[in-house]
Amino acid sequence: MAVMTRVVELRAMQYRRTFRASIFSSFLNPVLFLLAMGVGLGTYVDRSGTANAALGGLTYLQFLAPGLLAATTMQAAAFESTFPIMAGLNWQKTFHAMYATPVSPRDIVIGNFVWIGFRLLLIAVIFTIVMVVFGAAASPLIVLGIPAAVLTGLAFATPIGAFSATQRNPEKFNAVFRFGITPLFLFSGTFFPISNLPAQIQPIAWLSPLWHGVELSRGLALGTIGRQPVMALAHVAILVAIVVAGTAWAFRTVEARLVRG
Amino acid sequence: MPENPDSALIHARGLTKRFGDFVAVDAIDFDVAKGESFGFLGPNGAGKTSTMRMIGCVSPITDGDLEVLGQDPTSDGPRIRSRIGVVPQQDTLDTELTVRENLVIYGRYFGLSRAECGRRADELLDFAQLTERANDQVEPLSGGMKRRLTIARALINEPDLLLLDEPTTGLDPQARHLLWDRLYRLKQRGVTLVLTTHYMDEAEQLCDRLVVMDKAKIVAEGSPRQLIERYSTREVTELRFPAGVQETLNGQLDGLAERVELLPDRVLLYADDGEAAVAAAHERGLQPETVLVRRSSLEDVFLRLTGRSLIE
Repeated sequence: MAVMTRVVELRAMQYRRTFRASIFSSFLNPVLFLLAMGVGLGTYVDRSGTANAALGGLTYLQFLAPGLLAATTMQAAAFESTFPIMAGLNWQKTFHAMYATPVSPRDIVIGNFVWIGFRLLLIAVIFTIVMVVFGAAASPLIVLGIPAAVLTGLAFATPIGAFSATQRNPEKFNAVFRFGITPLFLFSGTFFPISNLPAQIQPIAWLSPLWHGVELSRGLALGTIGRQPVMALAHVAILVAIVVAGTAWAFRTVEARLVRG
Repeated sequence: MPENPDSALIHARGLTKRFGDFVAVDAIDFDVAKGESFGFLGPNGAGKTSTMRMIGCVSPITDGDLEVLGQDPTSDGPRIRSRIGVVPQQDTLDTELTVRENLVIYGRYFGLSRAECGRRADELLDFAQLTERANDQVEPLSGGMKRRLTIARALINEPDLLLLDEPTTGLDPQARHLLWDRLYRLKQRGVTLVLTTHYMDEAEQLCDRLVVMDKAKIVAEGSPRQLIERYSTREVTELRFPAGVQETLNGQLDGLAERVELLPDRVLLYADDGEAAVAAAHERGLQPETVLVRRSSLEDVFLRLTGRSLIE
């Protein structure tokens, strides 16, 4: 356990160079999205009677913002678990350099996922601050939306990280983003309730880890989570299960890659 | 626990590495003593790197026995790795960090305090003649500088054993000599060096003792001088003929020397007295374009043992 903190330390050392730009974009991203979609588009949506009924009296901004919070950590997680893993194992080979020391493949996996967790935490905190400023948070429980968003991100980072370790070049990463991340971003209840989808497609949305994250984060931001406690626990359990399985998978793929040399 | 005397830092018997059906290392035996400078000489694909990776405890052995620092790599990998330094064939430096940061973070992997890492980093920068580049990025460094930084990095834990896989491959002659000088200093300080190389001059410069590897097996073992005495003659005469002439010489070279090797581009005459061999060739009316008499090297040993050149 103590050894994996060295891996986190490396990632932090690398991050120092891009820290400012990264913080800036972490602010800019939610500001732009909430302004364009929440306020801009939201003004139209809020005038429509059907939308009002579907949203249960919320403003569109209030509906959208917590969903975007979860979706944003998903996107950041996907990025952080593809290219940096590729760099460590194939480009710079810094993970191989670590493996020549007492640091084990498992330390490398856990250290990287812990680091990604920190990055997501920072992104989620900044996003939440912006939400509060925009008046998009209806309940103080939004504070718990931060760990929920981090958990959502990790449910993507762990399996994608495991997959990245099996790749020699980034060709397939495009497919991950195009056929995985982008559709999930659009169809997991972030922008509209999945009840608006055709009935046959709805169960597919339940398979999306992001949908669980969005539901969780929205329930917390709106303070409605207590209405369906079993569902909330189920969302958490599913996300945790994905993180555990993804980490176990990454143990195998990263070790196999390091042993192969 | 160790079965072998304490003086042996590495002890291998029947050491084997297979990847599926492919045998990379085929039941090799060797021992490396403390303070020794030991080399694996062989062409690319001979199994040198696979052997080094097993010694470095990053690649599990398939069969046989291997002890490193008196411990078993299978069960004590991290503990062994904490006491060795590794210079891999390809640089694995972190290009997102500065030269000095590369050293500091590497020390942290061994659990050293930040202060200790900093102190050792400064010492090693001096040793590697990189002090002036301490706060520069790694990318613009020359190949030789990157190699020196990699060696400095491998020394951050003050290892009992330093493993170097092809330390000077791809470097220009000047950079190689500078590196050899640094490695020679380490050797003088009593650091045990194990290196692989396909350069005979490197093996001759750095190794007290070496094994010649070919096709996954060890084909000879000894000091560079012993190997040359055993498998070659004192001198070698190289004859180059004008294009097309060498092919027409069949028979004319027989008996000119103890041994005659025909290479695609030249003829090698193995005789203790090279000048006498040249005279004998002239007597037969042979008219080589160029004649070179030189001392035997490990290249000749390798050619004798395998029938092939080291660098093809």
